[in-house]
Amino acid sequence: MNPSDMTVRGLIDALHNRQLSAAEVTEDCLQRIRHAEPALHAFLACDEALARSHAAEADRMLQSGDAARLCGIPFAAKDNICTTDFPTTCSSRMLEGYRSPFDAFALTRLKGAVCVGKTNMDEFAMGSSTEHSAFGPTRNPYDIARVPGGSSGGSACAVAAGMVPFALGSDTGGSVRQPAAFCGVVGMRPTYGSISRRGLVAFASSLDQIGPITRNAADNALILEALCAHDAQDATSVIHPRRDFSRLMAQPLNGLRISIVKEMMDVPMQSAVREAVTSAVHLLEKLGAKIVTLSIPAVADALPAYYIISGAEASSNLARYDGIRFGHRAENCTTLEEVYLRSRSEGFGQEVKRRILTGTHVLSAGYYQQYYAKAQRVRSVLKYQLAEAFRTADVLISPTAPETAFRLGEKQSPVSLYAGDIHTVPAAMAGIPALSIPCGKDSGGLPIGLQLMAPAFCEELLYQAAYALERETGTGADICGEVRV
Amino acid sequence: MELKTQSKIFCACSTAFGAAPNTQCCPVCMGLPGALPVLNEEVLRLAVMAGTALDCRIAPVSGHDRKNYFYPDLPKAYQISQFDRPLCEGGHLDIDTPDGGKTIGITRIHIEEDAGKLLHEGSRTLIDFNRCGVPLIEIVSEPDIRTAGEAVSYLKKLRAVIASAGISDCRMNEGSFRCDVNLSVHRPGTPFGTRTEMKNLNSFQSVQRAIEAEYARQVSLLEQGEEIHQETLRFDQKTGSVSVMRRKENADDYRYFPEPDMPPVQVTAAQLARWTQDMPMLPDARKQLYISRFGLPQEAAAQLCYPRVRADCFEAAAALTHAPVVLARLMIAEVFRLTEDEESPIPIVPAHLARVADMAAEGLVNNNNAKRIIAALWAEDTDPDAYAQANNLLQLRDRDTLAAYARQAAAENPGMVQGYLKGKVNLKKAIMGAAMGLSGGRADPVLLQQLVDEVLAAAAE
Repeated sequence: MNPSDMTVRGLIDALHNRQLSAAEVTEDCLQRIRHAEPALHAFLACDEALARSHAAEADRMLQSGDAARLCGIPFAAKDNICTTDFPTTCSSRMLEGYRSPFDAFALTRLKGAVCVGKTNMDEFAMGSSTEHSAFGPTRNPYDIARVPGGSSGGSACAVAAGMVPFALGSDTGGSVRQPAAFCGVVGMRPTYGSISRRGLVAFASSLDQIGPITRNAADNALILEALCAHDAQDATSVIHPRRDFSRLMAQPLNGLRISIVKEMMDVPMQSAVREAVTSAVHLLEKLGAKIVTLSIPAVADALPAYYIISGAEASSNLARYDGIRFGHRAENCTTLEEVYLRSRSEGFGQEVKRRILTGTHVLSAGYYQQYYAKAQRVRSVLKYQLAEAFRTADVLISPTAPETAFRLGEKQSPVSLYAGDIHTVPAAMAGIPALSIPCGKDSGGLPIGLQLMAPAFCEELLYQAAYALERETGTGADICGEVRV
Repeated sequence: MELKTQSKIFCACSTAFGAAPNTQCCPVCMGLPGALPVLNEEVLRLAVMAGTALDCRIAPVSGHDRKNYFYPDLPKAYQISQFDRPLCEGGHLDIDTPDGGKTIGITRIHIEEDAGKLLHEGSRTLIDFNRCGVPLIEIVSEPDIRTAGEAVSYLKKLRAVIASAGISDCRMNEGSFRCDVNLSVHRPGTPFGTRTEMKNLNSFQSVQRAIEAEYARQVSLLEQGEEIHQETLRFDQKTGSVSVMRRKENADDYRYFPEPDMPPVQVTAAQLARWTQDMPMLPDARKQLYISRFGLPQEAAAQLCYPRVRADCFEAAAALTHAPVVLARLMIAEVFRLTEDEESPIPIVPAHLARVADMAAEGLVNNNNAKRIIAALWAEDTDPDAYAQANNLLQLRDRDTLAAYARQAAAENPGMVQGYLKGKVNLKKAIMGAAMGLSGGRADPVLLQQLVDEVLAAAAE
């Protein structure tokens, strides 16, 4: 048995049956990390000694017989999720060395699981390539000349490369789903409010959601079950009415109404992506789903509205990095204004500054109505149209991204990068769950992602469709064990 | 004003005043990355009580908004407040003015968090974050106030109402009751002039003086043909003058937008009913009660119905006396004189005050001695009967004794008697005073007056 090639489900069985110890599983992951990390740079922090000690603790709990389900399973967390064991830097010079005094709520839900480290990301989760990390880019395990996607690029890469069986990412406009698509793994953005945001460093509060990244749908359902819980200390946290996703997932597709979102296919995309999505739909039909057609015109306006709203919230959320109490402070300042100006100029990267400036502008007196208020109206219309669409369809389908992983440095213009979010942004704006699963590869062997969207709190429909496809194709995300150097 | 809650508005930290710096903070009120605010329901309850006490409409749904600006005492670099969707709107407060009653409109009441405090120590500045997240309500009045006196009267009444309802301690010296004054001048029949704002006036006296100074400044500017600029001013307590803090035109653009970390504020009908049901009696209702149940004159009732310490004392004593009107008169004359300020506690038990009122009403002591007893009890609270006895304050009502004093007074002041007989009627008071003096101030004034009259009548014959 090679633990780092196993799924979470397989590991749970092996650990609880005592076929494997947590120490063995963790050791195997650490070995894989040592092997692949120099080429991939998925991690910002990894503490082997700490991982071993947590694994030993997990083994004691497993022996005592009252271990939690995920006890002894190694995982990694995106570096914008607060941890007391590791610094939480958000891949920013601004927070270099910052250590949170508390653990994120999501982490406390994974009691017994072994956090081996923190993964790389675009600075403050702003980006879709992980190139905007102050600590160097992460590479795609399928081709290290290419990006892993982002902003949760480190997490998707780590799972795809077999360094950890699962990882936590965060998704504001697609930051879990798009890297999952680029790295050929399964990434879930759950219904807004399902997983507490406490301890997730805010980018855009009304959009941010933590999401699990796994090798297959079954594992994903299992991790989401553990993460979903009401948190009285997050005012946007909700009580999820359905949490037994693993059980509901196995139901047959009989009559499940699915629809391609026309507006999401009418955009420029690679032909391989278009073909893979179309054949996945046909396959679902073959498996018992019923195809319906519908239109969601507001999808076309979702992208600009997203960049206005997320920028506005970011400009406010990131104002606290002022050099006064924590984070980077410029040296030798003589006035308060200089502390602010220079600390922020030095601490933030270019993309973060661009978003802060945009966000500040759209909230400014005289521009609020023209930008922010208008974007909120677009958001309302989009929510409404999606709700209407879900009267005729149970699951909406689109590509996760219009293309497969691009080369590092290929996209120089921010607008061309932003355009890649066209498919993932609508679900984020509406707060509905969306899942990205692998659905084939392009001619170069790069993974293609299929996006499934469902009404709020209907994650089980997504897992149902994903699980049916995985069983049919026999994939369930192949593990990219060998890094192509 | 600061709401009287145990914990802060968005976290569980204590709001106690006076703790060592930075001992009442957590990731939420410090604005650490990943920390989230959750509204303390007690804040909502007290703010709804304030709205109800001031006859406002309570919005079933109101909003939290972020007010963005950089300052070292504001750890998140935004204050969570309410911008265009406040919790309460459209109320009023009735005040007493020298010209009678007046209604001051209340525009809105909203909830918000307080900021920290900067402590300047020589060349360095330290920050105490204890006050960050202390819950505040801001009460905005309509432009109905016309004089400094009305402003002070409004503030006193407001404080009385809020304190009576247990919403805030309203301690100006601890900063739990702060006020900003907006002032403009205009000629009758013309629109309001440009207003200026004076921030954080921390006593009624500063409010009074700041208004007078700013009124004079604006009038003088306008008379010189100059314009008033919309600006924020600072009032200097020492010099009594105002100076410009900042011009409004270069003021910050606060970039208000709805707080995405929290859903809108909701007040259900059930909450509203439950919270307002517990509303204590407010000053206006007390005033009506004093008039109807105790027969107090309007003005006396108005003076006793707030602050709470006075109203409570009066009500407790009034329940024990047969002479509430006399009690009211004695309290207003003597208790009010003895208290350092309106909020000071009254160190005489209500039963003793009630007894003094009864003694005065029954003629056991005269009015002046009733006041003397109160003054004595103020210094050391004791049984009023025993005190009056021991100090010879009980009224003398023996006709023969008093008649002797009247005669003696006339005999010792022949000039006054002559003057009186020649038509200087006022001299009768002086003779009466002399007779009262001979009795050691203890004589029943009505009886003594009668006897002095008799002596003077006899002298005229």
